[in-house]
Amino acid sequence: MDDRRGNVQSSEQKEEMKKVQEKTTKRRNKEKEELGDEQILNLNNEPPEEDEDLSDSEDSVYSGLEDSGSDSEEDEEDGSDGDVTVDSEQTHQAEEKKNMTEVKRKDDEYEHDSSDEEDIRNTVGNIPMEWYRDFPHIGYDLDGKKIYKPIRNKDELDDFLDKMENPDYWRTVHDNQTGSVIVLSDEQVELVNRLQRGQFGDINFNEYQPSVEYFSSDVMIHPVTNRPEDKRSFIPSLVEKEKVSKLVHAIKMGWIKPRRVEDNSRGTFYDLWASEDSSILSKHRMHLPAPKIPLPGHNESYNPPPEYLFTDEERALWEQQDPSDRKLPYVPMKFSSLRQVPAFPRFIHERFERCLDLYLCPRQRKMRVNVNPEDLIPKLPKPKDLQPFPTVQSLVYRGHSSLIRSISVSPSGQWLASGSDDGTVRIWEVCSSRCMKTIQVGGAVKTVTWNPNPAVCLLAVALNSVVLILSPALADRQVVSSSERLLLGDQEAEAAEDTGAVWSEAEGEELNQGIRLKVHHPKAVHQVVWHAKGDYLASVMPDNSSHLQVLIHQLSRRRSQNPFRRNKGLVQCVSFHPVRPYFFVATQRSVRIYNLVKQEMTKKLQANSKWISSMAVHPGGDHVICGSYDCRLSWFDLDLSTKPYKMLRHHKKAVRGVAYHRVYPLFASASDDGSVIVCHGTVYNDLLQNPLIVPVKVLRGHVMTHDLGVLDVTFHPTQPWVFSSGADNTIRLFT
Amino acid sequence: MGGLQKKKFERGSATNYITRNKARKKLQLSLPDFRRLCILKGIYPHEPKHKKKVNKGSTAQRTFYMLKDIRFLMHEPIVGKFRDYKVFVRKLKKAYGKTEWSAVERLRENKPTYKLDHIIKERYPAFIDALRDIDDALCMCFLFSTFARTGKCHVQTIQLCRRLTVEWMNFVIASRGLRKVFLSIKGIYYQAEVMGQLITWLVPYQFAHDHPTDVDYRVMATFTELYTTLLGFVNFRLYHSLNLLYPPKLDGKAMSELKEEDEDDYAMNSECYLEKLSALSASLSRVVSATEEEDAELDQFPVEGEDTEKMEAREREQKQQEAQKKLFEGLKFYLNREVPRESLAFVIRCFGGEVSWDKSVCIGSKYEVTDETITHHIVDRPNVDKQYINRYYIQPQWVYDCVNAKIRLPVEDYFLGVTLPPHLSPFVEEKEGDYVPPEKLKIMALQRGEKPGMDRTEEDEEEEEDDDEDDEEEEEEEEDDGGNDEEEETEEQNLKTMQEQSSQGKSLQVKVTPGKVTVENKARLEQEEKAEEKRLAIMMMKRKEKYLFDKIMFGKKRKIREANKLAAKRKAHDDAEKSKKKKARK
Repeated sequence: MDDRRGNVQSSEQKEEMKKVQEKTTKRRNKEKEELGDEQILNLNNEPPEEDEDLSDSEDSVYSGLEDSGSDSEEDEEDGSDGDVTVDSEQTHQAEEKKNMTEVKRKDDEYEHDSSDEEDIRNTVGNIPMEWYRDFPHIGYDLDGKKIYKPIRNKDELDDFLDKMENPDYWRTVHDNQTGSVIVLSDEQVELVNRLQRGQFGDINFNEYQPSVEYFSSDVMIHPVTNRPEDKRSFIPSLVEKEKVSKLVHAIKMGWIKPRRVEDNSRGTFYDLWASEDSSILSKHRMHLPAPKIPLPGHNESYNPPPEYLFTDEERALWEQQDPSDRKLPYVPMKFSSLRQVPAFPRFIHERFERCLDLYLCPRQRKMRVNVNPEDLIPKLPKPKDLQPFPTVQSLVYRGHSSLIRSISVSPSGQWLASGSDDGTVRIWEVCSSRCMKTIQVGGAVKTVTWNPNPAVCLLAVALNSVVLILSPALADRQVVSSSERLLLGDQEAEAAEDTGAVWSEAEGEELNQGIRLKVHHPKAVHQVVWHAKGDYLASVMPDNSSHLQVLIHQLSRRRSQNPFRRNKGLVQCVSFHPVRPYFFVATQRSVRIYNLVKQEMTKKLQANSKWISSMAVHPGGDHVICGSYDCRLSWFDLDLSTKPYKMLRHHKKAVRGVAYHRVYPLFASASDDGSVIVCHGTVYNDLLQNPLIVPVKVLRGHVMTHDLGVLDVTFHPTQPWVFSSGADNTIRLFT
Repeated sequence: MGGLQKKKFERGSATNYITRNKARKKLQLSLPDFRRLCILKGIYPHEPKHKKKVNKGSTAQRTFYMLKDIRFLMHEPIVGKFRDYKVFVRKLKKAYGKTEWSAVERLRENKPTYKLDHIIKERYPAFIDALRDIDDALCMCFLFSTFARTGKCHVQTIQLCRRLTVEWMNFVIASRGLRKVFLSIKGIYYQAEVMGQLITWLVPYQFAHDHPTDVDYRVMATFTELYTTLLGFVNFRLYHSLNLLYPPKLDGKAMSELKEEDEDDYAMNSECYLEKLSALSASLSRVVSATEEEDAELDQFPVEGEDTEKMEAREREQKQQEAQKKLFEGLKFYLNREVPRESLAFVIRCFGGEVSWDKSVCIGSKYEVTDETITHHIVDRPNVDKQYINRYYIQPQWVYDCVNAKIRLPVEDYFLGVTLPPHLSPFVEEKEGDYVPPEKLKIMALQRGEKPGMDRTEEDEEEEEDDDEDDEEEEEEEEDDGGNDEEEETEEQNLKTMQEQSSQGKSLQVKVTPGKVTVENKARLEQEEKAEEKRLAIMMMKRKEKYLFDKIMFGKKRKIREANKLAAKRKAHDDAEKSKKKKARK
C-alpha cells in the first residue's frame, strides 16, 4: 500500500510539474512553435485553452482512475479547494507569461529548467492548503496580493450531474494550489497509466537493450577499467586483523570448537580384549556377580505334562494369593499347538524387574551351608556297646485306682512300694508283680521311700502334713526286729526344739497295718528323703513365705530340727549326699549345697531352667541331675562348674522325675509325654575327662491321662531295670 | 589414664558404607544421572552385615553403597560427559526460547556423546568375564529388537539390537554351539555353549508388544546402551575366534545366488544385506577360506587321581555332543508359512540341517515346496491340501524335542493332527527322589537305545505299565521314608495288644492259644536298630546344629511331598484317560 501511495503521490507531483510545463509551453507555442519537438515530454500538443474552460466545472472528486488508497491526499487537496476567480487566474497567468517571456529572452539555456517557475502564482509555499480553508483566498501572488478562491457554486447535485453528463469527468483533476480544475489530455492519461503499471514514462525507452558483457570468458586486450590499484589493497586490513585475532583468541580459549567430524564410531567394534593384562585382573575390587535368572522347569512349557497344570483349587488359591506370596509368578498353561501360543503379557515387566534387581537390589555374600545332614549327627558310641540297659517293658503292676505319685524299691531289690492319690500305699513283689500289701493311709500319698539301710526295713510315706514311718515286715526276722528296735529307740529325748513337728506313735488299726510312727508337720509335706545311713530323714514343706520349709528328723532320737534360718526361695526337693555330710536343696531355679557339719553353703548351682521339678545325686556324689518343668534335664559336674555341664532337651514335655542307677552308669528321666529316656552316663575318676552322656533307649508304655504321663522313675538297686509310675494307674518295669 | 574417648561410628563398618543420598551429593549428580552411572559402571548397593552399626544406630530402611565404589565412580570420565550433556540441554533450551535456529543447529551439531568402550573393558577385564555376563545382554537385545518404532526408544537402538542379535545367531550357527531349546509360555529359551560357558537367553514370541505404563523405559534404555556395546565387542571377538569376517559377510557363493533373485525386491543394498543375514540361511564367509573342520583328535592327558571311569564318561559325553552337532545333517526341511521361521531356521541350521521356506515369507529361501529331496515339511495346521509322498509332515515341536533329546525322535508322535506329547524342559535335571515325568523316562530309554514296541497299541500299553511301575516305585520310596515310624508304631501296637491280653488273662479265664512262630526279619531288625540309634544321636545334637538339621530335613520332606503330589495327580489323570478310552471303546 505504501508503495502504491508513494507512486500515486509521485505521479501527482509529476502531474503538477506537467501542468507547469504545459503552461510554459503554451507561451512558447505562442512565440515559436518548433521548440516543442525537442522536449522529452511531448505534452505541448495539448490545446491549452481547453484546460481553462473545463476548470469551471472541475471538481476535486477524482475519476475512477484513482484509488481509494490515496484518500488522505485527496482530503488535503479537497480541503485546499478555495474559491478562486477565473479572472484572477487569467490575469495571473498573463503576468506569468510576461515574466517567462522575459526570462526566455534573456537566456535560452534555462529553457528546460522549470525550477524557478514553480508556484509563481501562489507564494504560500509547500504548506497544507487546509490552513486556508476558512479564508476567502488561498494565498498570495508575487506582489503580495491575495489570490482569491474561485467562486464555488457547485453543490453535490451539480457534481453528480457533472459526473453523469461530462464525458471527460474521469480525466478531470482539481488543482489544490490554485483551486482550479484541469482536464488531462490523452498523452497525460497514457503517461499516468504507464507509471501505474511500473513502466518507464517514456514510450521510446527500451528496457531490454542488449547487454554488453564486460566480464566474459573472453580475455580482452584492455582492462575494463584503467584505474590504478588503491594503496589500501597493498596494506593489510586492520578490521580484518581484529576480527581474525578475536577468532584466534576464542579458539585458544576453547570457546569455538572445530566442527565435529561425523563420529560414527558408536556402532563400530574392535578387539577390546586384545591385550589382557593380568594386572587389571588382580586389582579388581571385591565383586559380587549377580545371580543368573533361574532356568525354567517343566511347568513353564507351552505343552507341559498334565500333572503340572493347576487344578481348580490350586488355581483359586493362586488367584487369592498376593503376587509376592505366589510360588509361581504365572499359571501353567497348555496349548495344543505352537501357533496358538500368545504373547506373554508380563514379558517387559519381567525384564524390567530384572534390570531393577541388577542395579537396585542390595547384594550380600551369604555362605550357603551345604551340609550333609548325616554329618551333623554327633558320633556317639553305639548303644549296643553300652549294654546293659533296660530295653523292653516286661511287667506291669496294676492295682491302684488313681495316679501313682511315687515309687521306691527296697534296698534288697525285692520289694517295690508305691504311693497313689487313692490314699493307699501298695507294696509289690518285684519279680512277680504281685501286690503283697495294701496300706490305707487316708490321704493322697506324695512320696514313699524305703530306708536305704539294708539292715532295717522301713518305709517313709508323706501325705498331707504327716510323715508316716511304716514297717512293712517283709524281711527276715532279724531285719524286722532291728528296725523295730530302731523305732523304739530313745523316746525320752523328745522334741525339745520348737520346730512344730510332733512325733506320735500309731495305735490300733494303723498299728496293725504296719504304721509305727507319725510325724505331724505344721504344713503339707511334699517330699521325704532318707539319709544313706537310714537314721535321718528330711521332709520338704514348700512355702515361699516362711523359713520353715525343710525339716531334718532323726529317727532314733525322734527329734526334728530346722536346718535353715532364712528363706532362700521355694524349695522343690532336697537330697542327702550319699557319702559326705552335704545336703542338697533345690529351689525353683538353683540348687544349693550345704555342708551340714560346717553349717555353711558350699556351692550354688545355676540350673538355667525355669522351674526345677526333681533332682538326683550320683552315687559317687560328684554329679547331680536336675529335671525341670520346661522339658530340660541338666547335668552338673560339681568339680567342673556351677553351670550345667550338659543340658538335655530330650523330652517334649515337663520332666517329672530323674534317677541314677546305683551301680550301673545309667540315669533315667520321666516326662509328661509318657516316655522314659534311659541314658548312659559314664563318670570317670580322671578329673580331666568329662562324663560321657549317651541316650540309649526311649521307653514308652504309659498312656497319657489328664495330660500327665510318667510321674516317677526309679532304678532297681542291683539290676539294670527301671520302674516307672504313671498317671494311668500303672507301674511298669523295663528290663 | 587419660586419652580421648573413642567416638562411636568413626571406625569400622560405619565408615565403609555410604547411603545413596550422600553418595549422590558427593558425586554432585542428579538422581537420574546417578542411576545411569550406577547402571553403566555396574555399581550396586551392598547389604551390610550389621545394619544398625552402619546406620549409626538407627534402624531406618536405607540403601547402602560401598564407599570404595563411590570413590571409584568419582574418577569416571563419563561423569564429565553427563555434565556436558546437562549444559548442552540448557543451551539448547535457551536457543529454542530465543528462536535462534542457527544456534540450535550449531548446538545440535556439537551434541556431546560418550562411548562405553573403556567401561566394558574395566568391568570385564577378561573376555571370559564378559561371556559369563552376556545372558542378560542377549535377553535385553532380543527384546529390544522386537520393538516397533513407537518412540519408546530410538530407532537406531532398535536397529543396532537387531543387527547384533542377528550376528549372534549367525555366530551360534557357525560354531554349532546350540545345546538346548525350550518353548515356554514366555518365549523361547535357547542355551548355547560358547567357549565352555553355558549361555541362556530368552526370545519373546513374534508379537507386537503391549507396552506397559508402569515400566521406566529410561532404565531399560540405559541398560540396552551398555548391553549393545558389550554384545558388539563380544561378537567381534567371537567372530574372529572362528576366523569369520566381522561385520559378517555372507559366503560369496550364497551371496551371488541370493543377489540374482532378490535384486528387485529390496531397493537399498544395506537393507538387503541385513535382511539376508537375518534369514539365517546362508553360511558366513571366513577370513581363511574354509577348510574342512579339522577334527583334531584331542590328546588324552590322564589326570592323576582321576579314574578311568570318569575319563570314559567324559569321552562318551564328548562323542554324544559331536553326534548332537550333526543331528539334522542330511535332512532337508521346508517351513510352512505359519511356523515361527526365524526360530526354526536357527535351530535347524545349528544342527546342520538345510532349511527353506516360501519365497514370499522371507528373503533367502533356497528351494521350493516342489523340491523332491525335502525330507521334512514342518506344518502347524490341522491338515495340508497337497501332500507329497516322500516327506514327513510334522509339527514344529519335533525339532525342539529332538534337540533336547539329542537324538532323532520317532516322527509318528508328531504327525499332522496328532495330539503332541508334552514338551519337557531340558533344563531340569532330576536328582534322586525328585519327580520324573513318565515322558522323560521314555525319552531316556530311547537315548539308551531301547526300542519301543513295534505296534502302536502295544507301545501305549507298555507305556502305561511303565508309568504304573514308576508310580509304584515312587510310592515304595515314600513308604521307605515314612517306614521307620510306622514300623515302630506297629510294634508298639503289638506290645499293647500283648499287654491287654495279659491283663485280660488275669481277670478272665486263662486261655491258651497255639502260639505262632514270629519270623524275625534280620535285615529289618538291623535297620530298625540303626534308625533308633540315629534318633538317639539326633537327640544329643547341639541346639544350633539341631536347628539346621531340622531345616534340612524339613526341606527334604517338602520335596518328597511335592513329588508325591505330582505323581498322584498324574496317576489320577491317567486313570481318567483310561476310563475315557474304555468308554469310547464300548
